[in-house]
Amino acid sequence: MAFFFAQLLTGLANASSLFLVASGLSLIFGVTRIVNFAHGSFYMLGAFIGVTLMEVLPGHFGFWGSILLTGLAVGLIGAIVEIVVLRPIYRAPELFQLVATFGVILVIQDLTLMIWGAEDRLGPRAPGLRGIWRIFGEPVPKYDIVLIAMTPFILFGLWYLITRTRLGVLVRAATQDREMVGALGVNQAWLFTGVFALGSALAGWGGALQLPKGGADLLMDFNIIGTIFVIVVIGGMGSLPGAFIAAVLISVLNVLGVTYLPSSTLVLMFVVMAVVLIIRPYGLLGREEVAGEHGQVGAPETPIRPYGRLGQAVIAGLLVLMALLPLVADQFLLILTIDMIVFALFAASLHFILGTGGLVSFGHAAFFGGGAYAAALLVYHFDTPMEIAFLFAPLAAGLLALGIGWFCIRLTGVYFAMLTLAFSQLVWSLAYQWRAVTRGDDGLISIWPTDWLSGTVPYYYFTLILGVGGILFLRHVIHAPFGYALRAGRDSPRQAEAMGIDVKRIQFAAFALAGVMAGLAGGMFVFSKGSVFPTELEIAASFDALIVVFLGGVKTLAGGVVGAGFMTVVEDWLTRLEYWRLLLGLVIIAVVIIAPEGIVGSIRSAWARYRGTGDEEVAK
Amino acid sequence: MLSVEAVHSYYGKAHILDGLSFEVRRGEVVALLGRNGAGKSTTMKSVMQLVRPRQGRVMFQGADLVGEPSYRVAKSGIGYVPEDRRIFTDLTVMENLEVGRQPARKGAPDWTIEQLFDIFPNLKERRTNRGKHMSGGEQQMLTIARTLMGNPLLLLLDEPSEGIAPVIVEQMAETIKTLKAEGLTVMISEQNLHFARAVADRAIIIEGGEKKFDGSFAELEAQPEIRDAYLSV
Repeated sequence: MAFFFAQLLTGLANASSLFLVASGLSLIFGVTRIVNFAHGSFYMLGAFIGVTLMEVLPGHFGFWGSILLTGLAVGLIGAIVEIVVLRPIYRAPELFQLVATFGVILVIQDLTLMIWGAEDRLGPRAPGLRGIWRIFGEPVPKYDIVLIAMTPFILFGLWYLITRTRLGVLVRAATQDREMVGALGVNQAWLFTGVFALGSALAGWGGALQLPKGGADLLMDFNIIGTIFVIVVIGGMGSLPGAFIAAVLISVLNVLGVTYLPSSTLVLMFVVMAVVLIIRPYGLLGREEVAGEHGQVGAPETPIRPYGRLGQAVIAGLLVLMALLPLVADQFLLILTIDMIVFALFAASLHFILGTGGLVSFGHAAFFGGGAYAAALLVYHFDTPMEIAFLFAPLAAGLLALGIGWFCIRLTGVYFAMLTLAFSQLVWSLAYQWRAVTRGDDGLISIWPTDWLSGTVPYYYFTLILGVGGILFLRHVIHAPFGYALRAGRDSPRQAEAMGIDVKRIQFAAFALAGVMAGLAGGMFVFSKGSVFPTELEIAASFDALIVVFLGGVKTLAGGVVGAGFMTVVEDWLTRLEYWRLLLGLVIIAVVIIAPEGIVGSIRSAWARYRGTGDEEVAK
Repeated sequence: MLSVEAVHSYYGKAHILDGLSFEVRRGEVVALLGRNGAGKSTTMKSVMQLVRPRQGRVMFQGADLVGEPSYRVAKSGIGYVPEDRRIFTDLTVMENLEVGRQPARKGAPDWTIEQLFDIFPNLKERRTNRGKHMSGGEQQMLTIARTLMGNPLLLLLDEPSEGIAPVIVEQMAETIKTLKAEGLTVMISEQNLHFARAVADRAIIIEGGEKKFDGSFAELEAQPEIRDAYLSV
C-alpha cells in the first residue's frame, strides 16, 4: 500500500510539468485553432535554456530565477515564431498551419543541435531539495513533493488569469468568435501573439521545472508531443481543468503501468484516449466543435473540375515519359521513382479522405504499414507466393480501415484526427511489441517479389501500372456520384443529410477505400524494399504524408501526387547536407507562406489570375 | 459623418454591392431598407471591413476605412451589432460587456454599465447568467449593450427587430429613440417598414446592391410604386 502511495506521488509530480505544457497547448488551440505540433519544441528549448541558466546563476535564487527567466525567454521565442511564421497564414485552410509548425519543429531541432550540441544534459538538483522524505517508509524525492505542492497554485494562477482578468475574458471570447472580438475593437493579431507567447512560456516552464527529474536531450520534443496531445484531447481541447484532470490521470496511469504492466507503456495512454473519445467524443470537459463558428470559414470551395485538354495532354505526356524512363535512367533514378510513385499513391489515398472527404486523419500510416505488414507476415511465416501475399496488402488494410473507421467516423475535426492517431499507435505498438509474430524492431526481412518481377525494371513497370492505376481510380471516384456525395457531406453535412445522403456511411466507405489504397501502396513498398519495420507505422510516417498533402494542396486532386514528388526530391537532395532538418524546415515554412493553397493550388490560382478568371477572395 | 462611395463588394464570385453610395449625417437615424438578399448586411459588413470592398471608398470622419482591419474600424468609433447577434455564449452578461469595453471617446456618449442596465433592465437581473441561457430578445439587448460599451459615435444595427417577440420590438424602438436622444448616430437595416418608420428620420432603399431610393418617409409615402417594387409589405 505504501509503495502504491509512493507511486501515486511520483505520478502526481510528473503531472505538474505535463499540465504546464498541456495547458499551454490547450490555450493556443482554444484561441488560435492552431494545432501546434511545435509545442514540444518549446518544451525542449525550455529544458536547454534552463540548464544553461542554472549553470550560470548560483544558489536558490539562481535555480528558481532560472526557471522564471526560461519561461520568459521561451515565451519571447514563441512570440517571434507566431509573428514570423503563423501570422501570415491564419487565413489559409484549416489545419494548414500544422504543416508550418512541423517546419518549426525541424528548424528548432537543428538550431538546438547547433547551439547545445548532441550530448544529453543532466538537470541540476534543486538546491535544498536534493534528498528524500520518507512517506509511510517509502522514499519520495523532496523535489517531487514541492512539485505536487506547486501544481494547485499553477492551476489557480491560470484559472485566475482566464476567468478573472480582461485578458482572460478576451481569450475566452476569441475562442468562440474571434471575428466578432475584432469587430468590437480588439486587435486580434496581438491577442493571438500574446496567447501564443503565453502558451510557449508555459511549455518552457514545464521544460525547466522537470530538469531535476530528467534533463535535456534532443528527443524531448517528439517524446512529449504525443503525450501532451493525448492529455489535451482527453481533457477536451481548450479546457484547462480538463487538461489538469487528464494530466494527472495519464501521469498516474503511466507510473502504475510501468510497475504493473510494463508491456502496456507504449499504448496505455492511447488506449485511455480512445476509450474517452468513444464515450465522450469531445473529451472529458470539451465542448462540441461547430464548423465555422469561429469566424473562420474559408473562401467557398471551388468545385473540382476534370482537367481540360491542355491538362490531360500534359499528364498523358508525363505518363509516356515515365513509361520510357527505364530506357534512359540508371538503377538509382528508377528506385527513386519507384519510391516516389509509392509515396504518391499513399499521399493520394490520404488526400482522398482529407481533401475530398474533409476528414483529417493523423494515423494514415496504419494502413500503409498495415498493408505492408500483412503481405510481409504471409511471406515470412507461410512462404506465401508474392502474387497472393500482395493481394492481402490492400485487403488487410481495407479491413483494418473498416474496423478503425467504425470507431472514428462518428467524430469530427481534431477529435477525429486524434482518434485515428490513437489507433495507429495501437497498430504500431502491436508491430513493435508482439515480437513473436512481427519480430519487433528487427523488422521482417527478405520479402522479395516473385521471379518475374525481381528486376528493377519489371518492378518499376509493376509499380507504375498499379500506382498510376490507383491514383486514376481515386480520381475517377471523386468525379463519380459517390465523390459528389462525399464532397456534399464535407461542405455541408446537414444539407447533405436533408437531401437523403447518409453522410456517415459515405464517409465510412471512403475511409475504407482510402485504407485499401494506402495498403496497396504499402504492398508495393514492402516488395520494393524487401523488408518492413515498425517505423512505417510511426506517427512520423503519418505526418510525412500529411505534410505532403498540405504542401501539394488540399483542394486540388494533383496535390498529394505533386507534394509527394516534391518531397521525395527535396529530401533526397537535402538529407546529404549536415543541417538538413533546418533547411527542410525552412523550405516547408517558405512553401507554406508563399503558397498558402499548396503548390498546385497556388499555381492554379496564379494561372487563373493570369487568365483573368480568378476566384475573387472574400476578406474575412 | 459616414459616406459610402461607389462601393463594390463580393462574396466569392457573387457581386453583392454594385457601386453603392450613400451618406449618414451626424445625429440622424437612417434606415437601410430592402428585401432579403438586397445587400443590407453586406453593406454593414463592408463598412466594418468584415467584407472587404473591391472598389470604392468608405469615408468616416474624413478617413477611408477600406483595407483597415475591423478592430481599427471599431476603434475609429463605429459600433456594429450583427444580424445573428453573435454573443459569446460561454461568457456571462458582465463578461460579454467587458469584451466590448473601450475607453471614452470624444464626441460620443460615454456609457457606464449602470446606464446600460437602466436602458436594458433585463440584463441587470441576468448579469451573471451565461449568454447561452438567455432568450432571443435578451441576447439582442446584450449584443447592443455590448457594442455600446465601446462608446461608438455611429451605431450599425443589422435587423434589430428580426426574430424577437412583438413586445420586445416595441421596447427596441424605444431604445433606439433613447440612443438618438443621447446623441448617437444610428443606422439600422430593416425589412419591417413599420418599425423603420417608427424610429428613423430617413430611408435608404437598396435592391441588387444598388440604391433605389433615398429620402424621408413622407417622400416614400408619396411614391407607393417604389415601396411596392422594392419592399415586400
